[in-house]
Amino acid sequence: MSAHSGTPSGAHSCAVPILRLGDVLVTGLLNELDDKSAVAFAQELTERISADRARGVLIDISRLEIIDSFVARNLMELTGMARLLGARVIVAGMRPPVAITLVELGLELTGVETALHAEQGMAALGWVQAPQPREGAPHDAAG
Amino acid sequence: MTPLADGNRTVHGPATGRADTPGAEPVRLSLTTEDDLLAVRHAVRFAAVAAGFSIIDQTRVITAASELARNAYIHGGGGDLVVGSVHEGARTGLRLTISDRGPGIPDVEAALADGYSTGVGLGHGLGGARRLMDEFEVRSTPGEGTTVITTRWRR
Repeated sequence: MSAHSGTPSGAHSCAVPILRLGDVLVTGLLNELDDKSAVAFAQELTERISADRARGVLIDISRLEIIDSFVARNLMELTGMARLLGARVIVAGMRPPVAITLVELGLELTGVETALHAEQGMAALGWVQAPQPREGAPHDAAG
Repeated sequence: MTPLADGNRTVHGPATGRADTPGAEPVRLSLTTEDDLLAVRHAVRFAAVAAGFSIIDQTRVITAASELARNAYIHGGGGDLVVGSVHEGARTGLRLTISDRGPGIPDVEAALADGYSTGVGLGHGLGGARRLMDEFEVRSTPGEGTTVITTRWRR
């Protein structure tokens, strides 16, 4: 229940860190996601989009072992809410068994943009991996 | 929650039988709060791993259990779920039995049809869960509740 850390109201916390990199918010879901946390996450993320004026959101779900209809609907709604706020959401790193199960369930996350992994998702949001600087790096020996 | 006391386990498990393996005994969980849903996922995962299911089949069965369990406690006024392994000849499978105390499903066939989302109790979104399992039986009595018995066989 930390009332600081950028959440405007501080009334709820989803316990998932949301980092800001430029105009992109980066976050990830853990392997256990209960219904309340999923709802709190969507709410906190939309508040952060507005507060941080984010243009993009990357949600890494590579640790999420189960997506049932509740979580799927939650991701679709979150994407819709973000879009209304002018931000583009990319859900990255879905596990293959989760993808297979979702399609068999009849939930194909319509309207939700996806990427194979977080790196690809960040690239889609305009982040290009810069070559490592050869000089001036604090560590990383030349060998 | 209580019918499966520890004392029963030693009685049921024949010395050479498969009941000795972890997860072979049916486990009963009540479905009355949201926390029960996480307990269901844990129990079903444990049973699916113990039954030797592939990671994809584990995911299918856990997801089906999650769907049915949620329906039972949100729309069906609570209930319970039993998960256990089943053996038929050379086949091994996992069976889920979910019961709710809801109003029952007036038209089971309609509830199983795709796009049927106004069902009550376990009738809510049954079609999706059925596609994840091999066998799927719905027993419903108006005014008393609904029971879903569903099995997936190990490939």
